[in-house]
Amino acid sequence: MMMNNPSKNPYKIEQGTIICGKWHKHTYVIIHELGSGANGTVYLAGTAGGRTALKISHDPLTITSEVNVLKSFAKVQGSALGPSLLDVDDWETPEGRISFYAMEYISGPGFLEFLEQKGIDWLDVLLLQLLKDLQVLHKNGWIFGDLKPENLIVTGPPARIRCIDTGGTTPKGRAIKEFTEFFDRGYWGLGGRKADEQYDLFAVAMIIINAAYPKRFSRKEGGKAQLLGAVNSCSILTKYSNVIECALSGSYRSAEEMRKGVLGVIQPSRQSGHHHTKNQSTSSSKKRHQQKGSAGTGTAAFPGNSARRGSPLKHTAATQPIKATRTTRSAQHTSDKKKKSGLLETAVILAIVSILYFFYLYSQLV
Amino acid sequence: MKTGTLKQILLITDGCSNKGEDPVAMAALASEQGITVNVIGVMEQDAIDDKGLTEIESIAAAGGGVSQVVYSQQLSQTVQMVTRKAMTQTLQGVVNSELKQILGKSKTMEDLPPEQRGEIMEVVDELGETVELEVMILVDTSASMKHKLPTVKEALLDLSLSLNARSGENSFSVLVFPGKRAETEKLLDWTPRLEKLASIFPKLTTGGITPTGPAIREAAASFRQKRSLRSLLSSDDEQSFEESV
Ligand SMILES: Nc1ncnc2c1ncn2[C@@H]1O[C@H](COP(=O)(O)OP(=O)(O)OP(=O)(O)O)[C@@H](O)[C@H]1O
Ligand SMILES: [Mg+2]
Repeated sequence: MMMNNPSKNPYKIEQGTIICGKWHKHTYVIIHELGSGANGTVYLAGTAGGRTALKISHDPLTITSEVNVLKSFAKVQGSALGPSLLDVDDWETPEGRISFYAMEYISGPGFLEFLEQKGIDWLDVLLLQLLKDLQVLHKNGWIFGDLKPENLIVTGPPARIRCIDTGGTTPKGRAIKEFTEFFDRGYWGLGGRKADEQYDLFAVAMIIINAAYPKRFSRKEGGKAQLLGAVNSCSILTKYSNVIECALSGSYRSAEEMRKGVLGVIQPSRQSGHHHTKNQSTSSSKKRHQQKGSAGTGTAAFPGNSARRGSPLKHTAATQPIKATRTTRSAQHTSDKKKKSGLLETAVILAIVSILYFFYLYSQLV
Repeated sequence: MKTGTLKQILLITDGCSNKGEDPVAMAALASEQGITVNVIGVMEQDAIDDKGLTEIESIAAAGGGVSQVVYSQQLSQTVQMVTRKAMTQTLQGVVNSELKQILGKSKTMEDLPPEQRGEIMEVVDELGETVELEVMILVDTSASMKHKLPTVKEALLDLSLSLNARSGENSFSVLVFPGKRAETEKLLDWTPRLEKLASIFPKLTTGGITPTGPAIREAAASFRQKRSLRSLLSSDDEQSFEESV
């Protein structure tokens, strides 16, 4: 009945294709592909009302089941748990019927891409936002399930993390519907696949690890020993080692508790701390301070953002597993460039602040 | 919710059968007895040849199941995905036949508008979580599978992890082919604990022939006589369908 082969995208839809729904008669024009996965392909599409993301699958069950989750998210007041659902329909093609749904288009880089562009300093902000969303999700009886960087998009500015792909979202207490090995506690031998809060929090810990090891790694001896070994041999991760260990052991009772753990890691008093090289902590202390302010309120504020964007200090972070030695090197690199970049940075900040001020004045006028 | 038993065969193989009955016919026969046959084709870097691929797809089609071809590295995730899909698909089949009784001959779930489909999907999900499941795992141990067997073992242990997370009961059995003396050999008799496999699996020897057809026949015969699929939905569930449709 269902045939698949390992080729990634078995059903490609050409740009400009017009899709008209059988039931609701809405029309969509395919602009380009946004991504594809095990369950189907997502396209950017134009409609009379603007751009939307269309998830298309030959398996109507997948569509129906994801739509069910999105519908129940819509009932949660005042928060955006997934993309909002706009339409569900079937598309009759000569080759057969294809089910699809239209959802809010969430534009922005993926989680890892964002960190690569903006620097690892943003990790804390994203984690705090993510954990806040998970708290709401959990409170409403859902476990996200397939939590991984590919299913997280950072929109903005101001930067805001959003979860997409509700294919794995499972009611609490049931068997997790869908997962990805690296982020699955069952794969690492650290627990079962019954949906509970700790399942998602485990995945959050693995997302932190993934931020430092963009290429991931596979199970060797497995268990906490291997994972904590990876944490301890990477300077970026040492400050999170406690948080990660708690999440891997399932000892956080809620996302909120883990969020407090992350907040504890970034408290200012511990700034001159352990494994950071001197260069690194001095060169970024100012920025880090600004970020802390924004992290505290849970939203990313503009100043930190623009300072980052203006600076040429690109973190080499996300291209390879980052070892302690690498970080030292990149920290040195950083300090060489620092002097040159100082002036430029100030200029850029000034420019951006004046632009913002201009917009502010403008908005007051209108 | 009162549910019956879902009977699934999961065949893990890497290619063509070459001995005994036609596996496609055997799969069709199993399907007639209310048993779904699903196939996972395992390949190395080299692609599976067309003949093997056709056989894999035909067995699943005749057996009313799901088929998927994968590289051995992705096996764990695929085994659990295929099993899950197969369950959902079978359950949907059951729901569809109930629907036909309620709505008339030609209607299936997909003929309904998306809104109503969603409500039925909830019932399918609920059933998938609670239904009693019997899985007969058929592992091809012909010579070409030799170095894939450790991966197969891991994938099966992983499957038990996923299925044990459900609230419904599970029962597993493992049959390998060719066996030491006969065409097939029962490695693990019906048990709720697939983990037991871990200690038996390494002792496997591989053989030359690939009697896929006989293996499917044996597998189908080994399902215990239980209530039929048609009784999956108790009468109060039918009522809830009527309300929701
Ligand atoms: N609402 C959206 N807005 C923007 N991009 C999206 C949206 N939904 C999905 N995408 C993009 O499409 C990709 C695939 O989508 P999605 O994760 O839903 O597919 P999938 O088949 O469920 O994949 P898998 O289950 O393998 O993760 C995403 O990684 C993302 O890049
Ligand atoms: Mg995805």
